[in-house]
Amino acid sequence: MTAIIDYKAGNLTSVKLAFAALGVETVVTSDPEVIAAADRVVFPGVGAAKSAMENLRALGLVDAVKSAAATKPFLGICLGMQILFDHSEEDGGVDCLGIIPGHVRRFPSVPGFKVPEIGWNGVTGNVERVTGNGERVTGNGERVTGNGEWGTGTKEFYFVHSYYAEVVPETAGVTEYAGVKFTAMVKKGRLWACQFHPEKSGRIGLELLKEWLSC
Amino acid sequence: MLTKRVIPCLDVRNGRVTKGVKFKNNVDLGDPVEMAVAYSDGGADELVFYDITASAERRPIDIGMVEAVAKAIRIPFAVGGGISSVEDMERVILAGAEKISVNSLAVRNPEIIAEGAKAFGAQCIVLGMDPVKSDKTASGYEITTRGFREFTGMDAVEWAKRAVDLGAGEIVVNSVDADGTREGFELDITRLIAEAVDVPVVASGGAGKPEHLVTVFHEAKADAAIVAGMIHSGDYTISEIKAAMHAAGVPTRMSW
Repeated sequence: MTAIIDYKAGNLTSVKLAFAALGVETVVTSDPEVIAAADRVVFPGVGAAKSAMENLRALGLVDAVKSAAATKPFLGICLGMQILFDHSEEDGGVDCLGIIPGHVRRFPSVPGFKVPEIGWNGVTGNVERVTGNGERVTGNGERVTGNGEWGTGTKEFYFVHSYYAEVVPETAGVTEYAGVKFTAMVKKGRLWACQFHPEKSGRIGLELLKEWLSC
Repeated sequence: MLTKRVIPCLDVRNGRVTKGVKFKNNVDLGDPVEMAVAYSDGGADELVFYDITASAERRPIDIGMVEAVAKAIRIPFAVGGGISSVEDMERVILAGAEKISVNSLAVRNPEIIAEGAKAFGAQCIVLGMDPVKSDKTASGYEITTRGFREFTGMDAVEWAKRAVDLGAGEIVVNSVDADGTREGFELDITRLIAEAVDVPVVASGGAGKPEHLVTVFHEAKADAAIVAGMIHSGDYTISEIKAAMHAAGVPTRMSW
C-alpha cells in the first residue's frame, strides 16, 4: 500500500490522481500507524515551512516521517522535499526534519526573475563522477538516472516555489533560476525527493513516479 | 532555464468549448476534456478554462468538468468564472485545479485575493484582468468587468500592483482591444504590467500566428502567453508555435 501523508500542507488531489493514472491505489492519511504499515510513502507539500513543521508536530507525525524516510521507499515533493533538509530561512528561520544535511534559502531578488518561479524548468543530472564500470553517480554515490531521460541530458519539469535547497552530495538533479543552481532532486537510497511537481509534469513526471515505484 | 509557457485557453459555455470575437458570436468547438487531453498531448505547458457565462449569469462553476479534466491530464490548469467565495475556490482546488483565476469578483471584492492567498497560497491565485484603452486613467488602460460589459474607471497598472500586494501570484492581462482579433498581443499593456509587478505575467488576447508569441516574449516581457483561436481553428499546432519560439531564441519546452 502506498500512503500519501496528509499534514494540512496543500491539496493532495493531483498527487493521488497521478498515481491513479499509473494504476496505483493510494491512501491519504494522517495516521502514524498507517504510515508505519505502508510499503511506500509519499510526502507532498505546498505552502510555508514553518506551518508545515507545526502541523507535523501537532499531528504527531515527525517520528513517523523520519522512520519512513529511513526504512522504506519515500518520495518528498516540493515543500515535502524542502523540510527534509536541516533548516529553512522561510518565516525568519525554521528548523526542519534534518534528514538531508543542508539549507533552504529564498531566491535572491534579481531583475528579470519573478519569484515565485512558476513553470517548466530544465533538470540536469548532477553527475559528480563516473565510476570504474561507467556509472554516472552523485556525490553520495547514487546512480544518476533520473527517469532515464534527464540522466543524460536536460528535461523540463513543472516548478512552483520561492525557496530552494542548496546543492548537497545527495543532489541527483540540478536546476538554475535567478542566478542560483539549486537542488531539483535528491536521492539517498530509496529516499527520493524533488522540488518540482512530478504529478504535474506530464509524461516525464509520470515516468519519474514509475521509476520511484520500482525502486 | 525557465521556459516561456504556452497556455491554450478554453472558454466553456454550457459544458462545451466555444470561441467568439470580443465575447460575441460564439461557435461550438468541442468537449472540454477531449480538447484538454489533445492540447496536453500536443505540448501545452498549462491550460486555462473560463466558464465564460458563469459570471454573467451569476451561477457556480461546473465542478464535474473540473474533476474530469483533473483526471484526464497531468499538466497544471487554472479555472476561472463563477467563483464567488473562498468556499468556491476550495471546491475547485480540491477537484484538482492548480490555480483559480478571479476577475470581476476581485474588482467587486478585492479582499477575496487576500483570503484566497492565505487559504491556498499566492501561487494558486491568479488575477485575470480585462483592460481596455482609455483616456480616463493614468496608464491609458481601464479595467472592464463581466466579460467587457462594464467599465470600472480603475487604472489597470494600479489594479495590478494592488492585487499583487493583496497576494495574487500571477496576472493574466487580457487586452479587450486585441481579444479575438488574431492580429497580435497588445504589447504596451502587457509590458506595463510586467514591469510594474514582480509576479509572472501572462499575455492574453490577439494571438493569431506563432510570430505573435515570439514578439510578446521578446518585446513585452511576458512570462507566458495564452492562445485560443489560432489553435482551436486548426490553423496552427502548439508544436508549430513552439518551433517558432525555439528558432527565435525564446526558451520553450520542446519535448513532452
